[in-house]
Amino acid sequence: MRTPMILRLLALAVAAMSFVPPAVAQDGPLRIVIGSGVIEPLPLALPDFVDEGGAGDYAREISRVIAADLTGTGLFREIPAEAHISLISSFDQPVAYEDWKAINAQGLVVGAVTVAGDRITVKFRIFDIFSGEQLGEGLQFAGSTGGWRRMAHKVADAAYSRITGEGGYFDSRVVFVSESGPKAERDKRLAVMDYDGANVQYLTDSGTIVLGPRFSPNGEQILYTSYQSGFPSIYLMDARTLETRSLGEQPGTITFAPRFAPNGQTVVFSLEQGGNSDIYTVDIGSGQLSQLTNAPSIETAPSYSPDGSQIVFESDRSGGQQLYVMAAGGGEARRISGGQGRYGTPVWSPRGDLIAFTKQNAGRFHIGVMRTDGSEERLLTTSFLDEGPTWAPNGRVIMFTRESPGAEGSASLWSVDISGRNIRQVPTDGPASDPAWSPLLP
Amino acid sequence: MTLLPKVLLIVAALGLAACNNPDRYGAGGAGGAGGNGAGGTGIDTMGLGDPNDPASVAYFNQTIGDKVLFAVDQSNLSDTARGILAGQARWLQANPGYAILIEGHADEQGTREYNLGLSAKRANSVRDFLVAQGIPSNRMRTIPYGKERPIEVCSVEACYAQNRRAVTVLSAGAGV
Repeated sequence: MRTPMILRLLALAVAAMSFVPPAVAQDGPLRIVIGSGVIEPLPLALPDFVDEGGAGDYAREISRVIAADLTGTGLFREIPAEAHISLISSFDQPVAYEDWKAINAQGLVVGAVTVAGDRITVKFRIFDIFSGEQLGEGLQFAGSTGGWRRMAHKVADAAYSRITGEGGYFDSRVVFVSESGPKAERDKRLAVMDYDGANVQYLTDSGTIVLGPRFSPNGEQILYTSYQSGFPSIYLMDARTLETRSLGEQPGTITFAPRFAPNGQTVVFSLEQGGNSDIYTVDIGSGQLSQLTNAPSIETAPSYSPDGSQIVFESDRSGGQQLYVMAAGGGEARRISGGQGRYGTPVWSPRGDLIAFTKQNAGRFHIGVMRTDGSEERLLTTSFLDEGPTWAPNGRVIMFTRESPGAEGSASLWSVDISGRNIRQVPTDGPASDPAWSPLLP
Repeated sequence: MTLLPKVLLIVAALGLAACNNPDRYGAGGAGGAGGNGAGGTGIDTMGLGDPNDPASVAYFNQTIGDKVLFAVDQSNLSDTARGILAGQARWLQANPGYAILIEGHADEQGTREYNLGLSAKRANSVRDFLVAQGIPSNRMRTIPYGKERPIEVCSVEACYAQNRRAVTVLSAGAGV
């Protein structure tokens, strides 16, 4: 049975979610200790993949990317290769469970790589050491060598998914704003990268301010706000060809804060006219515009529920920024945020269960999550300035912008899991802001 | 390699074209994949004049004041702001040959989208006041910058107060 590893991780997830006081999990080889929200990461063995022909450095590099993905979650730690007793020299050799138990490995990932010309083939198996059996079936990926990191991410996604019972998120991209230059005159360019900061590609030059890019539900298009016409306006870019067109050309207005509906055809955004910002939708195909809110206050940062039936947004109609939910067609909105301070930039989780937001209170900024009715608010981070959460495709991790104060202050990307653990900076070449996660790649 | 951008700049400067890109902070270049950053199509050149000449732009900017400040989260005009804007209105009526762009700005203590909305409100408060003072609305446009373009870069209230502003920017030509 493969239940032991899954069950123990699930128990840990549930405990972390519900603020159980420090607790010690079951005794036994799969021992996980939860204390004050800090868990003991599950020990994994990730020996270098076997070179089955022409793989060269790829075999080791792929293993390293898998290890970085898994240990980067904070849920796993890697047992160093020096401690391994059993050595993997062949993909099909029998697993020496006793040797792995002896070094307290709970899981083992065995893989092999073959390279012929520009084709690379990666295969792997995952083993539950305590149960003494394979976890799920072995899989093989093949493609061009240029995609080797994606294959590593796919192996890590399979391992993460089989061990936690959650969907993976490593084979994904993040679109963001790359920043440079002095604080009073920041240069901003759109860029896209792998979720772990690799494979950066710049999508615009820095001649004009760009803000808040968002992926389409299939990851093939990017919405963003640009000053390229002289005024802020929303644009739609094909992520592959970089072909761009304006979506927001309404004379005498500016448009900003665009985001796709789950159908990939409708875009919800803010339109400002005469000083007043309200929420509108536009149909990408027909250009048909609909107004969803009509209030003298600032209505912005709309985000659809994953079933497309509702929109969460922020409004200062009560005096300060608060979060509201309305039907996707507009109409009566109900306020869901109720704590001290101000709430903005709500984003509905892809699982539908939570809404992430930015909270500003007593001179500090926080990233937090709440249930969709506003209950069970939890703050995950605190700093001088945290803002703009975006969800990993599995709804378990949030990436956001953190800005440091002062003349030398700069923006950087950070991630945190939804229990507030494992806060870490996402590596980027330089300052970066406004991340938006893609769906899991096909 | 280095010659082409200079040539473009000279052409743009000689052209003295009316401002076709009100974003004075940007080059006004098209987006698109990196590399075409030399497309400086939005360069306007305008003499500021002698600050002692009451009809000069320099006089407007410095003596009358091109900028008004706002309280935290507010877009309503203080008495001080109204005084400055009344002076702007008198000057603009006496000098009808300028187009007017009103920039709204916010301090960094707010989320990006909200600050865009807030700075749009600030710019519009100024616009509405100037319209009420008799400045034709078709001479004016507003542009919100949110927190993207602070003028002071420290992270304390002394700087924030200067960044919560609306700036009246003049350019040659009666329409924007």
